[in-house]
Amino acid sequence: MSATEHGGGTLPKLRRMAEQIALNFAAIGHDDAVLATADHIYQFWDPRMKAAIFADDRGALSPIARGAIDHLAGGAHPASQTRATEFNTAHETGHSDAG
Amino acid sequence: MGFERQADFGTPPVASDDLVTLTIDGREVTVPAGTSVMRAAAEIGAAIPKLCATDNMKSFGSCRLCLVEIDGARGTPASCTTPVMPGMAVHTQTPRLERLRKGVMELYISDHPLDCLTCSANNDCELQEQAAAVGLRDVRYGYSGDNHLGLTTDVSNPYFDFDPSKCIVCSRCVRACDEVQGTFALTIDGRGFASMVSAGQDKDNFLSSECVSCGACVQACPTATLQEKSVKAIGLPERAVVTTCAYCGVGCTFRAEMRGEQLVRMVPWKDGKANRGHSCVKGRFAYGYANHQDRILAPMIREAIDQPWREVSWDEAIGYAAGRLGAIKAEHGPAALGGITSSRCTNEETFLVQKLVRAAFGTNNVDTCARVCHSPTGYGLKTTFGTSAGTQDFDSVMDTDVMLVIGANPTDAHPVFASRMKRRLRQGAKLIVIDPRRIDLVRSPHVEAAHHLPLQPGTNVAVLTSLAHVIVTEGLADEAFIRERCDWDEYQDWAAFVSDERHSPEFLEPVTRVPAQDLRAAARLYATGGNGAIYYGLGVTEHSQGSSTVMAIANLAMVTGNIGRPGVGVNPLRGQNNVQGACDMGSFPHELPGYRHIHDAETRSLFEKDWGVTLDSEPGLRINNMLDAAVDGTFKAIYIQGEDILQSDPNTQHVSAGLSAMELVIVHDLFLNETANYAHVFLPGSTFLEKNGTFTNAERRIQPVRKVMDPANGYEDWQVTQLLANALGADWSYTHPSEIIDEIARLTPSFAGLSWAGLDKLGSVQWPVNEAHPEGSPVMHIEGFVRGKGKFVVTDYVPTDEKTGPRFPLLLTTGRILSHYNVGAQTRRTSNVAWHPEDLLEMHPADADNRGLKDGDWAKLNSRTGETTLRCRVTDRVAPGVVYTTFHHPATQANVVTTDYSDWATNCPEYKVTAVQVMPSNGPSDWQEEYTELSERSRRITGGAMEPAE
Repeated sequence: MSATEHGGGTLPKLRRMAEQIALNFAAIGHDDAVLATADHIYQFWDPRMKAAIFADDRGALSPIARGAIDHLAGGAHPASQTRATEFNTAHETGHSDAG
Repeated sequence: MGFERQADFGTPPVASDDLVTLTIDGREVTVPAGTSVMRAAAEIGAAIPKLCATDNMKSFGSCRLCLVEIDGARGTPASCTTPVMPGMAVHTQTPRLERLRKGVMELYISDHPLDCLTCSANNDCELQEQAAAVGLRDVRYGYSGDNHLGLTTDVSNPYFDFDPSKCIVCSRCVRACDEVQGTFALTIDGRGFASMVSAGQDKDNFLSSECVSCGACVQACPTATLQEKSVKAIGLPERAVVTTCAYCGVGCTFRAEMRGEQLVRMVPWKDGKANRGHSCVKGRFAYGYANHQDRILAPMIREAIDQPWREVSWDEAIGYAAGRLGAIKAEHGPAALGGITSSRCTNEETFLVQKLVRAAFGTNNVDTCARVCHSPTGYGLKTTFGTSAGTQDFDSVMDTDVMLVIGANPTDAHPVFASRMKRRLRQGAKLIVIDPRRIDLVRSPHVEAAHHLPLQPGTNVAVLTSLAHVIVTEGLADEAFIRERCDWDEYQDWAAFVSDERHSPEFLEPVTRVPAQDLRAAARLYATGGNGAIYYGLGVTEHSQGSSTVMAIANLAMVTGNIGRPGVGVNPLRGQNNVQGACDMGSFPHELPGYRHIHDAETRSLFEKDWGVTLDSEPGLRINNMLDAAVDGTFKAIYIQGEDILQSDPNTQHVSAGLSAMELVIVHDLFLNETANYAHVFLPGSTFLEKNGTFTNAERRIQPVRKVMDPANGYEDWQVTQLLANALGADWSYTHPSEIIDEIARLTPSFAGLSWAGLDKLGSVQWPVNEAHPEGSPVMHIEGFVRGKGKFVVTDYVPTDEKTGPRFPLLLTTGRILSHYNVGAQTRRTSNVAWHPEDLLEMHPADADNRGLKDGDWAKLNSRTGETTLRCRVTDRVAPGVVYTTFHHPATQANVVTTDYSDWATNCPEYKVTAVQVMPSNGPSDWQEEYTELSERSRRITGGAMEPAE
């Protein structure tokens, strides 16, 4: 099976990434998960990846992923939702993240 | 440093606050109580003759050469086994002792060949030295009696010989194998005159035995009985340079012992704080790749990847690369360019590559091979503790009471640290192993895990949450610690979550396949057994839930109060030598050195002022995203230093498609690796022996790498990066890596106190190193967490999308083997192939039987992504339904079958779970044959013979 058949192709991968992030935040509740997913995408995705998912039809996305993309596509810059995305504020010895 | 053996105090140091004062030969000396008389004498320079004693193992008292006289004591006790006493008066040289020692030495020499002039240990032989020290002038017994002089030399090991005719049966080799390495492969066979050192059983030699070729026995041998073949071939070294090993994340310190420009041998340095004088087969012996015929020393270019390579001058290669980079940037913009830094290169080289990408290319498209190994460690530990790095130093294990090892195989992947673990386990510490395979630590000589939880691959989070369930619901949580050190509200949310019955071991047993009672017992042991330390590796991180697993580990450490002191903590075992350093140096696309986000205007401004450029404020692409973008046509050119993404990254066909789609691939490496099959410019790299700089190991220890010979390719790697940057218009003028260190320190608060001179003085230092911690930080989070309060994170078990089913009923997991390193580019070009010439597929007997497969048969390994073939090893160390292989050989290309599923937070690939089918095969797959042909075609060099890399 080719890479494309296995979920390859950039857009399906981006959708999958967004869904995966959303699913792993789902346990903290819908509203918080939306913000955490948006925060994660904002902090870690390259502009062309963000642009591609913003331009995509979000109808098939889960509510959390869709909410996060809506939030970001509307121009919002979410506040850090987890310490993993809370950069540059802690004591200098603490900066360490490999996300 | 000139060549001289490191000082040997005869017996190990003793740590005690009680001091004892005595006199030795009339000189007063004060030492810790429990110190041997031999060591006390050595402390004041009184060298008592010795043969069986050496200071990295316990005293033995067999050679009878170290006898002393003590006022008021009867007889002549052995100084190595006699502890000091207050007021003791010791005499190390008297007529009586002189007579006794000569007699002892006479007996040794009466059964030892007198071939000193032609002996490989001539002038480096303790027997020879001690014969001189005791004043031996003749041997009264003659040589006509029975002796061992005709015994045959065992030359089976590729790196050292065993010549029993020179053995004095001091047992140092046997004790080194037991006490230092912990393998117990050697023994003294026979009794009395028949006593002989023996490796394994009667029919074994060193190669076929259990010996792991760590070299401890060779280092311990006081004669030429166990001797490096390289010393035999070259002669004794005449100088030594202390440097850092370039293999795994342990970061062993070695003396590179040289004769002229030739490396004679690598000997572990006793003062190395990571390895404490020990080594493994890779660092000790497997350095031959540095001079392997496959190494490319001249730059090469080609217009297209179906053309042969053309050797060119450095000027032409750099000019060509810069010209094409500039043209692509002009046409497609800076976002079409990118680079990959290497965890095998120095901090300074890595820093320069990311600087090249950000400042000269003008993009943040820089990533590193840590993406595919420990990126979840960064995310997970940052979230919970506030810092991604391991919390301890390696020495901490000696204070540990319970070790929990999950998803790591230290005896193969981190062997020198595994020896420390085994030493502590032999002292009585308890062990819990969570791994689908029965790794060696589960049961090996004098070590047996209290619990082995052979979980189903992909269920780490479920198992760890179950452990937490038991700890919380059985009242084993350390509430005082949690109230003081962690966020109490978050703890209560988390405790309620894990206490839910759906996280109980019984409920999850069908998912994890771990018997509930075993899991409960393991949880109780970890929570109540004293100092608990968790060690983990890529079996944790390389999953779709890698980051969640790291956070679940951190939760366990916090709920039991196992953080902030020696003996406890969370310890990620890093795969490559400089994974930590590559991450520290700003190799990730979203952050600058020191883990500061590219969004932050203040931090950007700091770098912009120093570098004289404007930086892009948005995160760049990760490696896998670069490949996707290449296929999409928006990413066109890449500079890859010291990394073979074709072999090491998942879903080989996708990597191949991405590389093929690029207009320019620049590979900077020692060899024409697999990625170079798709390259247009090849820039020859330098080995760790040919450069200055630093590596940072798994315990955050920054260690100097010192040049022991000039680069065979003409330049150190940082110099090559500088040439490329300057050809692109930068104006860099570094003349030594110390200047790059100064820049790192200037721009990065956690490294503010770092300098080349400081490293020379301290030997090594664990970051953070700054005004608050001028000599570094062995243990972190002592007073409080770096982030303030420790954060408990709810880690819901989200199963991977990679499912088994009728077509792919087995789960494949991958790993490493002792004799090889990563993709094997280095170790496959050494004699280490004697132990592992090919990747094998481990399969349970029941699964093999169902498929008609026998041990050694060819098997086709098929997944949703691709297929390959390899030979089968039938073994019950893997559970039914699970198969396992290594990824060291390009002929196998295990990553042809792995998928591009990845960790939800970091995109670390899910190497450890692939649904596969295995069927009998009659040889290599079509893909393997096509790839072999491509490789051979791609490695043609104009004007030279075609040199396949393998």
